[in-house]
Amino acid sequence: MKHLISVLVENKFGSLNRVAAMFSARGFNLESISIGETEDAEISRMTIVTRGEDQIISQVLKQLNRLVDTIKVIDLTRQPHVERELLLMTLKLTKTQQHEIFELINVFKGKVVDIKQKSITIEVIGSPEKINTTIDIFRGYGIKELARSGAVAIHRGE
Amino acid sequence: MHASGQTLNGSEIFIESLRRENVEYIFGYPGGSLLKVYETLFDVKDIQHILVRHEQGATHMAEGYARATGKPGVVLVTSGPGATNTVTGIANAYMDSSPMVVFTGQVPSSLIGNDAFQEADIVGITRPITKHNFLVKDVKELAATISKAFYLATTGRPGPVLVDMPKDILNASCIFEWPETVEIRGFKPTIKCHINQVEKAAQKIAASKRPLFYIGGGVISAEASEELQKLAIQLNIPVTMTLQGLGAFPGNHPLSMGMLGMHGTYWANQAVNRCDLLIAVGARFDDRVTGKVETFAPQAYKIHNDIDPTNVDKNVKVDLPVVGDAQNFLAGLLEVMPETIENRDPWLAEINAWREQCPLTYSNEEDMLRTEFVIEEVSKQTKGNAVVVTDVGQHQMWTSQFYTFINPRSIITSGGLGTMGYGLPAAIGAAFGIKDRPVVLFCGDGGFMMNIQELVTAVHHKIPIKIFLINNSFLGMVRQWQELFHKEKYSFTDLGDSNPDFVKVAEAFGCRALKADNPDTAKAAIVEALAWNDGPILVDFRVVKKDMVFPMVPAGGSISDMLLARLNPKTMV
Ligand SMILES: Cc1ncc(C[n+]2csc(CCOP(=O)(O)OP(=O)(O)O)c2C)c(N)n1
Ligand SMILES: [Mg+2]
Repeated sequence: MKHLISVLVENKFGSLNRVAAMFSARGFNLESISIGETEDAEISRMTIVTRGEDQIISQVLKQLNRLVDTIKVIDLTRQPHVERELLLMTLKLTKTQQHEIFELINVFKGKVVDIKQKSITIEVIGSPEKINTTIDIFRGYGIKELARSGAVAIHRGE
Repeated sequence: MHASGQTLNGSEIFIESLRRENVEYIFGYPGGSLLKVYETLFDVKDIQHILVRHEQGATHMAEGYARATGKPGVVLVTSGPGATNTVTGIANAYMDSSPMVVFTGQVPSSLIGNDAFQEADIVGITRPITKHNFLVKDVKELAATISKAFYLATTGRPGPVLVDMPKDILNASCIFEWPETVEIRGFKPTIKCHINQVEKAAQKIAASKRPLFYIGGGVISAEASEELQKLAIQLNIPVTMTLQGLGAFPGNHPLSMGMLGMHGTYWANQAVNRCDLLIAVGARFDDRVTGKVETFAPQAYKIHNDIDPTNVDKNVKVDLPVVGDAQNFLAGLLEVMPETIENRDPWLAEINAWREQCPLTYSNEEDMLRTEFVIEEVSKQTKGNAVVVTDVGQHQMWTSQFYTFINPRSIITSGGLGTMGYGLPAAIGAAFGIKDRPVVLFCGDGGFMMNIQELVTAVHHKIPIKIFLINNSFLGMVRQWQELFHKEKYSFTDLGDSNPDFVKVAEAFGCRALKADNPDTAKAAIVEALAWNDGPILVDFRVVKKDMVFPMVPAGGSISDMLLARLNPKTMV
């Protein structure tokens, strides 16, 4: 099953590498990983999406904790949380499809961030599942290029 | 000794920090990026620098020293090739959880990343084989980084830590401040076991009819042998040990079952198979111990105490995990153990029947020499009191079977990584640390060649190690697998035509050397070697070529697959 893990790490060079290398060395699945600064400049937050049975996930959490640079490891999966991913996508723009494309952008609550004569670049924000659906639907309209941020997540406030 | 508050350069800070950590020996080799450190070392008298002849040798020496004494071993090597030469030794210490701090020189900070002369990204290379590693970026951080490195190497589950020191940092100056305490917010190992878990374990132990201790190297590094002995004897519980756990419980005690696993004793493996309670302490359910995990200790309720939570439930699902230090666990058990315990006499009788059914034996004919005899004879002559170092191969497994280990820190061997070439430097390192017990090395003719250069180091420092070369003219352990599982295709394992005359080689290094090829000459050579303390001595034991180590549970097999002897006995010569 899919797990969403939030990891607070020392904001030091090599921290990301240590985590990523641990996943590959132990053969754990790593679906996405994203990292950025937090309210404390010395600490970064990583959001990791992984998949595995409970026994594997328990090893993942323990191995993450074991790294000296990790300060806190939280499995958000079964806790109240908000999860978001950003999708940037450039589509072919043709006269015949123009109308449908704009309609779909509305359906997915996307935004147009750039438009040229033959292409349009949009952004969509949502859960990774929503991003998957968005991509699936737009495939029929000629995706030229796309980039996903990977999930970021946080506890819901009290 | 420099006081805090003085202005020192990076090299002086390095030396001063080692002083603060009470370092006795540095195993090292100089080079371009370390010239400043070696300039400083020239006048240092209170820390001894041991010049090795290959950086891999330095790492194994440091590990041998660490395992014999319990203190962290210290390595100092230059950048680039000096650093990469330490990789095997670091990986070895990581797999066997030995405390070690490796200092590497690095090219100047401004050149890092430029493919500079003798640059290697040793921090990147060693990330997966160190407990942690550091690149020092500012001379002001050097002392604090060194104190963190020693703290990490020795706290919780021990392991190797690497500190990479660019040349400009070693030349720059700052005010020396030695941190009195170490605080690493991401590193808080659980030392104290949870009392509820300990109590639950005690209940289970008291109520078990067929309990078994499965003891690993963690008991040795936690210095918990005394607690283990008290507990096992008081509760009448048999004890089996892993390769690294040997000596945690005296091998000459009736409750000792010797080693378990692939080349473990028949009775230890049968007991694992039959026990109703398995108490694993400081052991990690390695595949060489468990064989097929599904059939490992199938009837047992499993208690697992380990200081590293990642070891728990990794290979085998356990019923009662107890994370914490082994000494804390065993001492805790002694305190809370109920008064009444089950009678274990029937269980011990069952075990003794297995012991009689398939003892560890060998035949010893007059005209041939067997490794088993050599090791048993050394065991007798040293009364089990030696620090025994091995290399990797058949001789290593026979050592586990035929040397009777009585005390902890008596076996120093490469278990997790199985590094040939480990033995000779590790024995030298052990002998630097331990002066009041003989240090003996059992080494194969294959592995001896892998770090033979360190014989010079032993000769130069008059290190009185006894090098018992088990010369079977084969890469014996590989030959054994070829005979059993690979259609007897003895592919590139026969060293008979190419081995040198080891006696002459040793003599050329300035090492005394003897030869023995039958039980009588062997016995006499052992007497002579043990009496010789003016430097190292080597005995070239010309043992039979095609001997095999039994019992053997084939890799991934179950106890029922255990091989007890050759199917079709062949000549050994
Ligand atoms: C560095 C290294 N290379 C290869 C191996 C694989 N290996 C394991 S045991 C062995 C044979 C060892 O031969 P020898 O040193 O003569 O010891 P023996 O088994 O004959 O006692 C080999 C090649 C290893 N363990 N380590
Ligand atoms: Mg050999």
